[in-house]
Amino acid sequence: MPSRRALRRKRRVARLREIGSDVLITLGVIVLFFYLWYVWLGDIDAGAQQASAATSLSDSWEISAAVVIEFDRESGTSQGAGRSPNPPVVQLVQQGKSFATMIVPRFGKHFERTIEESVDLKTVLNDYTAGVGHYSSSSALGALGNFALAAHRGTFGASFGQIDQLRIGDRIYIETKEGWYVYRFRNMEFVYSSELTVLNDVPRLSIVAKERILTMTTCHPKGTISERFIAYSVFESFVPRERGAPSEVAGDR
Amino acid sequence: MYSALWRVLPGPRWLKVIEAVVLGIVILSLCVDWVFPWVAENFIQSESTVGQ
Repeated sequence: MPSRRALRRKRRVARLREIGSDVLITLGVIVLFFYLWYVWLGDIDAGAQQASAATSLSDSWEISAAVVIEFDRESGTSQGAGRSPNPPVVQLVQQGKSFATMIVPRFGKHFERTIEESVDLKTVLNDYTAGVGHYSSSSALGALGNFALAAHRGTFGASFGQIDQLRIGDRIYIETKEGWYVYRFRNMEFVYSSELTVLNDVPRLSIVAKERILTMTTCHPKGTISERFIAYSVFESFVPRERGAPSEVAGDR
Repeated sequence: MYSALWRVLPGPRWLKVIEAVVLGIVILSLCVDWVFPWVAENFIQSESTVGQ
């Protein structure tokens, strides 16, 4: 027959054991949830927020353009005709400020992201309203040279999550207040993260630029930091806003 | 821990069940909104730029 004291001690040990196992089970469940969120649910959530932020930004341009067109009609001035070979050059904005949105039909019907100046992780690439950043050291949008962008391939909205789905000739649209810069996807390559030459005016070469390139950089292999996935596109044309949205961009977006 | 929590929750059994579910949802949403993004940003390396 054990003493009352021994019994009480046994009970205390059992209770401690219960608390310990409860804590461990809880931690395990939280870690499991974190993983689910990290690779899957978090991207859906953040991606939807980034897409709606970008869509409302381009909607606001739509409204201001409508006013401009009406004004023009009254004064009787004619609209600029045709697709312009020389697009307007967008002046560099302050770090962390938005100046354009990006539409990639290959990434999904509703894919649109706000482009902000700089590729800072905390304020731009991890941001739930942006997601895509412009390398401040690269060319301005519309200028001869290399307009270079970065975004996550997984996590934080995974803006470039489907970059490996791009096919040669796919159109990529950069939308600003003025209109749409249309690029066609040309090729991809894999480099180490130290390969700064992908940001050159003519990527990987040191010659004077004669065309406008769009460079997208993201991580490779997906979810790791060892290499970078680089996708190049070539500028095709500029569609002024008063000409109306290109058919791939228009519709129910 | 959970048996103590069950004892602390007020009301009959059906109310305790509802309270426990609500508590779970609150804790999970706190994790998703604050804890998980903070962990991802500070403890997991994710680089998508060149030259950094």
